[in-house]
Amino acid sequence: MKVGLFVTCLVDLMRPRIGFAALRLLEAAGCEVVVPTSQTCCGQPAYNSGDRRAARLLAEKLIAEFEGCDWVVAPSGSCAGMIRAHYPDLFADDPAWLERAAALGSRTYELADFLASVAKLDKVPGDFTGTVTYHDSCSGLRELGVKAQPRALLAKLPGVILREMNGAEECCGFGGAFAVKFGEVSARIAEKKCDNVRASGADAVVLGDLGCMLNIEGKLRRMGDEKTRVLHIAEVLAGDDAKG
Amino acid sequence: MHFKARASAAAADKALQAKLATAKGLFVEGRRRAVAEIDLEATREASKDIRNRCLADLDLWLERFEREATRRGGQVLWARDGAEICRLVTDIARRHGVRKAIKSKSMLSEEAGLNAALEAAGVQPVETDLGEYILQINDNELPSHIIAPAIHKTKEEVAELFARVHHRPRKTDIGEMTREAREMLRAHFLSADMGISGGNFLVAETGSVALVTNEGNGRMVTTLPKVHVVITGVEKVIPTLEDLATLMRILPRSATGQTISNYFSVLTGVKRPEDTDGPAHLYFILVDNGRVDLVGSGFQDMLRCIRCAACINHCPVYQTIGGHAYGWVYPGPMGSVLTPLYVGIENAIDLPHAATLCNQCGVVCPVKIPLPELMRKLREQQVERGLRPWGERAALKLWAWLARHPRLYALAAKLGVRYLNWLAEGGDRIRVMGIAPSWTAGRDFPAPEGRTFREQYLSRRSK
Repeated sequence: MKVGLFVTCLVDLMRPRIGFAALRLLEAAGCEVVVPTSQTCCGQPAYNSGDRRAARLLAEKLIAEFEGCDWVVAPSGSCAGMIRAHYPDLFADDPAWLERAAALGSRTYELADFLASVAKLDKVPGDFTGTVTYHDSCSGLRELGVKAQPRALLAKLPGVILREMNGAEECCGFGGAFAVKFGEVSARIAEKKCDNVRASGADAVVLGDLGCMLNIEGKLRRMGDEKTRVLHIAEVLAGDDAKG
Repeated sequence: MHFKARASAAAADKALQAKLATAKGLFVEGRRRAVAEIDLEATREASKDIRNRCLADLDLWLERFEREATRRGGQVLWARDGAEICRLVTDIARRHGVRKAIKSKSMLSEEAGLNAALEAAGVQPVETDLGEYILQINDNELPSHIIAPAIHKTKEEVAELFARVHHRPRKTDIGEMTREAREMLRAHFLSADMGISGGNFLVAETGSVALVTNEGNGRMVTTLPKVHVVITGVEKVIPTLEDLATLMRILPRSATGQTISNYFSVLTGVKRPEDTDGPAHLYFILVDNGRVDLVGSGFQDMLRCIRCAACINHCPVYQTIGGHAYGWVYPGPMGSVLTPLYVGIENAIDLPHAATLCNQCGVVCPVKIPLPELMRKLREQQVERGLRPWGERAALKLWAWLARHPRLYALAAKLGVRYLNWLAEGGDRIRVMGIAPSWTAGRDFPAPEGRTFREQYLSRRSK
């Protein structure tokens, strides 16, 4: 099973350890993992800014880079959602590309979804101990149906106690460029999310998307919360060995 | 003041957010309970089909409606825009010697600014929906929600207002306050010469208008005065009563979480000799005001909207800034799509961007309007028409070019990480970020971990 790991631009830039954790988990699940080194971005920022032309060029690049893989996996619901749910729209007027986009899209998965639904990872290498609450990222949840999968994986860790927060499915206020275009609104929405995280009493909020991660961690720290950890599901599942 | 300034100011208004949160609790929880009673997905699909069927042959269904309504004594008039609405209504008022018009909720009358036009023509407009009444006596304040217009007011604020305007002792019991409002409105109901209402649906096969209300004022407005004027958008027509039954399974549930609204009226024709009540004169003003141009366009899906406000109630942005920030009649996700389409894309540049694209709106919409996709499509039109600020265009162009050149991109990422870490001064967060001050105004920006994934991966692999 040849899996192409789409690291995503934010993981590359901000949290490489999540990329290595994903790599380790996929290998633990018995996959042969390839990481195309020419990969950059899926094009989502351009697509959501209304620049279809730029988004399409980046989509073509990504499709060409990953087409040779049986599966494409990304440690991000929004990037995987871009490929699976939105690439076909970009090529709606081009049957040849549309076919390639749709074919790749159907083989593209968010990491937790892939580990639980396709690779059927049984033994999770991590050793995290403590209470966690899970933030359902919008794209993962509403574009890809990622809800039970990360929870099922967390349940395989004996030291993890899941404590659901109120409004787990509500947006954290990130929204890509929205977070900068409407900074005050975005930060205020993030504050409500952080209030819910804190009210859950969990040691850590776990999630599957870098945008939400930066937003929630940034807001928690600004609120003076130095205690609540903000962890990507891959870090929790892979354990400390994933660190470089 | 522009949207951005209004939204930023509202984002700091915790009192407003507390009021919105209370209503959200009622609407969101209520909806969740109510839709659990039906096969939600099948009903959404059926409702979407009904609305699509009407829109596919909109002209034919409108002609059918006109025929049936006319046959039953109604008169169907057509308005291209708000100014024509105002002209038609004031003409009708003049023809029947109307001095006072009582109104049930009509968003079209908000689109047209009808109250001001009526006043200018010497007709006193009286809003009788409790929320609209509160706003009207508060110096014609604008509604901030399409089904709960005074959602931005607390009970205490209304108590102050009533005491000031009604010249009666201040009351804070909601039941008593409502009774007081009813007493004030009663005289108007009995003395008005004209009733103006909106319409939730127009039924083509019977020429009827369907009204979904909760306060009973709609019945008074449509049956007491001798003249009844219905003002509604052309897209509100549906083929049959059977279709109405389907849509009524989902509209109140989506809107207020009710299985059925307190009042549901299907009004057909003028008063016949054997009827005990009803208007002697019935007018339908069917309005375009930007709608017709959407038929057959990439935005036709938006015309399915049945104005339930579920998208508004579930929107994290609306919940944070309230309805007034949106600047026109329609707030929330549906407003962020409709407003630019009706007032001009160039006149509402911010609205399609005022969303996180979380798609909470899309999944609750009873007629499955892909709201985030329509907002994105509006963003695309802004780009195509060169309406975005040059700085944003340049940044996007540079980034997209870099992303297609992996080696240069890798170098830029490497330098970017170093720069961010320098800003973090060796710590784990950036407190002030010059390139995105609006991010760090309200929260920290976590510092990058260190070298990029690519750098680390390549050096590990070469070992």
